[in-house]
Amino acid sequence: MADVAIPTDASHDAHDAHGGGHEHHSSLGLSNNKLAMWLFLGSECLLFGGLISTYMLYRGRVADGPAPDQVYDIPFTSVSSFVLLMSSLTMVLAVTSAARHDDRNTKLWLTITALLGATFVGGQVYEFTAFYREGMGFTTSLFSSSFFTLTGFHGVHVTVGIIMLMAVRAMIARNKIPGEKDEVVELVGLYWHFVDVVWIVIFTLVYLIPA
Amino acid sequence: MTTTETHEHIDPDYTAYSHDGHPDGFYVKIAIILAVITGLEVALSYADVGALFLPALLILMAIKFVMVALFFMHLKFDSAWFNMAFWTGLLLAIAVYFVAMATFHFFS
Repeated sequence: MADVAIPTDASHDAHDAHGGGHEHHSSLGLSNNKLAMWLFLGSECLLFGGLISTYMLYRGRVADGPAPDQVYDIPFTSVSSFVLLMSSLTMVLAVTSAARHDDRNTKLWLTITALLGATFVGGQVYEFTAFYREGMGFTTSLFSSSFFTLTGFHGVHVTVGIIMLMAVRAMIARNKIPGEKDEVVELVGLYWHFVDVVWIVIFTLVYLIPA
Repeated sequence: MTTTETHEHIDPDYTAYSHDGHPDGFYVKIAIILAVITGLEVALSYADVGALFLPALLILMAIKFVMVALFFMHLKFDSAWFNMAFWTGLLLAIAVYFVAMATFHFFS
């Protein structure tokens, strides 16, 4: 665990290159903010684990409503998944731009990431509407309830991520970020990538594997 | 801060590289690999590969998950403490819900 050793001059220089020279650090020499974000994401695994396992248990309980393979549109959801995956690329480009103190490109990539996220959420709204028209409401069956709860919770997370992206973009534009900009962008990036990895699991377990 | 002022602060040695030493092209390559794997997953869902279907999809899903965590979230280059916080939460979730699903006879 070289990262928790007493910092040398070289590691100080490397850390400053991260733009973290003025961050608040824990006794481990780590950024408190970043450690808190990782602990939060670790706890989010438990939240989504519960929702995914509940869906897996109830996916066959369709009652009088439509079954998963009758309503899922795999080509459409595949395109949505691709859009969200590409938003992770644009997010990491925003993080690297922020590390270079390149505000113009940071704002550009943050905006593109938010637009890709909004496209994904728009697709989800369209999908939910289509399912409802096909007779699959929230209370139609245990399958529909667990499906809407799982994917709805994920959609809320994406929406919160979009708000965070646009807020950080606006704060960078107005030079209102307290502390280090690159760390703030990196923290939002961690949240955004987490939303992406959760969708990677949902896409496979919910959509691609038949009940 | 104006755009002009912003550019004055860009370190010329850093313009092609990210803060962990990888050029932006590195992340583009990772994204291309992830897109190809996604295409493979979708193709698998339409193909008849018999008993290989489920393990193949789960392995591809795990590869995508780990690649995003290691490279896009920088866990590969970051502190072991951050790795511990995330992987512990993930493994705990998998263990807890694996047991919960087994209790409800999901695997039988």
